Amino acid sequence: MSGAPETALDIAASVRSGERSARSVVDDHLATIAARDGEIHACNAVLDDQARAAADAIDAAVARGEDPGPLAGVPVALKDNLCTRGIPTTCSSRILEGWLPPYTATVVQRVTDAGGIPIAKTNLDEFAMGSSTENSAFGVTRNPRDLTRVSGGSSGGSAAAVAAGYAPLALGSDTGGSIRQPAALCGVVGVKPTYGLVSRYGLIAFASSLDQIGPFANTVDDAALMLETIWGHDPMDSTSITGAPAPLAGGADVAGLRIGIVEELTDVEGIAPEVRAAVGRAASALEAAGATVDRVSVPSCTYGLSAYYLIAPAEASSNLARYDGVRYGLRVDGEDVADMNARTRAAGFGPEVKRRIMLGTYALSAGYYDAYYGKAQKVRTLIIRDFAAAYERFDVLLSPTAPTEAFPIGEKTADPLAMYLSDVCTIPTNLAGHAAMTVPFGVGGEGLPVGVQVLAPALGEPVMFRAARALEAAAPR
Amino acid sequence: MSEAEYEAVMGLEVHVELATATKLFCGCVNEFGSEPNTNICPVCLGLPGSLPVLNEKVVEFALRIGEAFHFDVPERSIFHRKNYFYPDMPKDFQTSQYDSPICADGYLEVDGVRIGIERAHMEEDTGKTTHVGGGGRIHDADHSNVDYNRAGVPLMEIVSRPEMHTAEQAKGYVSELRGILEAIGVSDVKMEEGSMRVDANVSIRPVGSDTLGTRAEIKNMNSLRSLGRAIEYEISRQVELVESGGRVVQETRHWDESAGITHGMRSKEGSEDYRYFPEPDLVPVAPTDAMRATARAAIGELPAARRERMVAQWGISETDARTLVESPGLAEFADATVAAGAPGKDVTNWLSGEVLAYLNETGLSLAVLPLTPGKLAELCTLVSDGTLSRNLAKDVLGECLREPKDPKAVVAERGLAQVNDEGELGALVDAVLAGNAETIEEYRNGDDKLRKKKRGFLMGEVMKASKGSGNPQVLNRLLDERLN
Repeated sequence: MSGAPETALDIAASVRSGERSARSVVDDHLATIAARDGEIHACNAVLDDQARAAADAIDAAVARGEDPGPLAGVPVALKDNLCTRGIPTTCSSRILEGWLPPYTATVVQRVTDAGGIPIAKTNLDEFAMGSSTENSAFGVTRNPRDLTRVSGGSSGGSAAAVAAGYAPLALGSDTGGSIRQPAALCGVVGVKPTYGLVSRYGLIAFASSLDQIGPFANTVDDAALMLETIWGHDPMDSTSITGAPAPLAGGADVAGLRIGIVEELTDVEGIAPEVRAAVGRAASALEAAGATVDRVSVPSCTYGLSAYYLIAPAEASSNLARYDGVRYGLRVDGEDVADMNARTRAAGFGPEVKRRIMLGTYALSAGYYDAYYGKAQKVRTLIIRDFAAAYERFDVLLSPTAPTEAFPIGEKTADPLAMYLSDVCTIPTNLAGHAAMTVPFGVGGEGLPVGVQVLAPALGEPVMFRAARALEAAAPR
Repeated sequence: MSEAEYEAVMGLEVHVELATATKLFCGCVNEFGSEPNTNICPVCLGLPGSLPVLNEKVVEFALRIGEAFHFDVPERSIFHRKNYFYPDMPKDFQTSQYDSPICADGYLEVDGVRIGIERAHMEEDTGKTTHVGGGGRIHDADHSNVDYNRAGVPLMEIVSRPEMHTAEQAKGYVSELRGILEAIGVSDVKMEEGSMRVDANVSIRPVGSDTLGTRAEIKNMNSLRSLGRAIEYEISRQVELVESGGRVVQETRHWDESAGITHGMRSKEGSEDYRYFPEPDLVPVAPTDAMRATARAAIGELPAARRERMVAQWGISETDARTLVESPGLAEFADATVAAGAPGKDVTNWLSGEVLAYLNETGLSLAVLPLTPGKLAELCTLVSDGTLSRNLAKDVLGECLREPKDPKAVVAERGLAQVNDEGELGALVDAVLAGNAETIEEYRNGDDKLRKKKRGFLMGEVMKASKGSGNPQVLNRLLDERLN
């Protein structure tokens, strides 16, 4: 690639003005995918025909003098846990092989309504359970910056797709860091919006109270463009927030902004020194731009990981019960219905999914509920309380996004706990239902991208994006 | 000990399908009897990625139930997931309410006794499985078909306290419950079609004991009658079991209507762990004051009050009032007929007599009959003004139950109206007497026995001459005047 990749804002502007055809945009991006995906493997499916047809329709609309919308002609990569009508949606699991959703997720509909063009369904850790995309039933997604390294996860395919120039925008889902961590490892921007800001209708659930859909982009402004396209109330999702969200325009002015570095997510064992140093440099840059910076303690964050690995598997154990071979997807015949259920699930789910289903089933069992699930929910309440206290003194918080740069493929697959620690900095935001995003901020000791995480309270996206723009401007090139 | 030395204790769990236009969590039509798998969508099929949205009408119906049975309705209640695998349950969990139901601690009066109702909660129904081959039982079936039309249909589960002691009392409870649910318009409460399903928890204990015995849960009763039979059988079974040194085990038992017995269903080892946890895809149910007011306003007169009013205003018996109130639609029909000007007592007699008999005989429902309250009121008037005798009125009603005709039109068509005109009838009598001089002679000279016989003959001739339409009282009087 030569120079900075083209932004979604530029593409949409040139397509809307008729200066460039959507078809040529799509063809260029399909060519990039064809050239690179053999080695990266970010895509479960490339939507060549559909994307070209959609591009032609957009060009025809422009020719008629119509405005196809703010994403006119912009290729968008979709994590393969977002339902697309008539297009396989697999969650990178054998158990959903062959299933064609009869409906389209709200976010995908909003993207296409805005003129965006779905170009690929991207790889993920099976059912979004993992931090490296190594848990995909269809093979690992390699990091475009270093093919021997992981792309992060679970939305590794979407992060890699944006990093490799397959599409300037992608959608992922973030349950404990699944957008932010791979974005950081691949060197792109990734946003986990406030819980309820973006409809989950059509997102195949992992852990319903934690899942949230969000954008990947090369720039903060592109991420804002995507978030403003997909957000807003959806009557099909009871947990979706009513009322119009405040716009994300607002520049990069951080003068007077109060910024806190979260001690429990930064100054702890396991965070690579170069990553910690990047957070320090980021804070200094914001200070230089007029913000005030201090350290802040959010004590209960320490228990975030433990609480998460009870709540998320508990919800998953229930959400994934429906894959029983009766109605769709894989079926392995058995002696009777129960045997068919068991054989189907044994054959259809990978080891990490099975591990979490068992963990969650156990956590919800009679006699253990209070000690595990009940207690984890209490930790969640504490985290919300501690963050609320922090946000009385600070407008946004900073921390690392991931403890390290992208790690070598295979390094953590034998040690689930080490893998789980990849999300230690991102999980508290999901438990609190707050907003957070990652912005690339230079490289680490191994020359690979490092992300800095900006955290904001619920519906704090406008101030979070302002701080993110300032970081983007100050980031080392 | 004998059966008389034991006291039976029972509580009832009643599932009622709510008659909302759409399902509990999606916009699919809530309808019985459609082609299989036609009223379905991604939500009620539990497809990956779909989410539930609570139907507000269901909450309103639940609030009506809350009012009608004196429940506490908390500011906030929540849904839980009840997790277990079953092929006709699309998500392999049922979205239900657990420790935070919308209705708590209500009651119902049955024959002057207050029966406590522990709770009533909202939940979704499952689909329906049909086993094909092997006699229709799951274990030896060839294959099974699942119809998901019923999946997601809104249910209220109404759980009584264990405060009933006889089969009669249990039947009375269900009957009263059904009447109220119908009166407040939340369900069509048909046990035969499964829109009302009753499970009975039955236990026994020595008279005088206040600890509860081990209970058996009896399922599959599809009428009030089978509920009564099943309970009576189960009580005897438990008494015999205990008397012969056995022990009642906690289990689910299936009522076999044709054999008249309950039998234990294959029980799982240990009790099922449903791993309940709060449904994260739904927000708490928080009824507003406006919703509560709407529900209150939607509740009409409850059955007990309606019976009292009918007895007081129409002078009918408590039994007749109960008949009207407990037969679907009959009480409303009676009220409308009275409003059209007919006396309540006459209306009650026709409805609880001929009309109800016709409904029972044909299996039809009142709603599909051509008879309307206006027509029944017209019939009552035809009797009270002397146009029709009660016997002829029965014939006319019979025709109006079968054909869309007015009683007056039937009377005219068949020439059934009584002739009361004395001039017209007098001429008839005179003509008959003129042609029977010999009989008159015999009558005048005969003894009492012969006189009676001859008079009867002449009256018969007169009736014949009037083609049966002469008012018999008038004809009798006119004949006597001329003979004596």
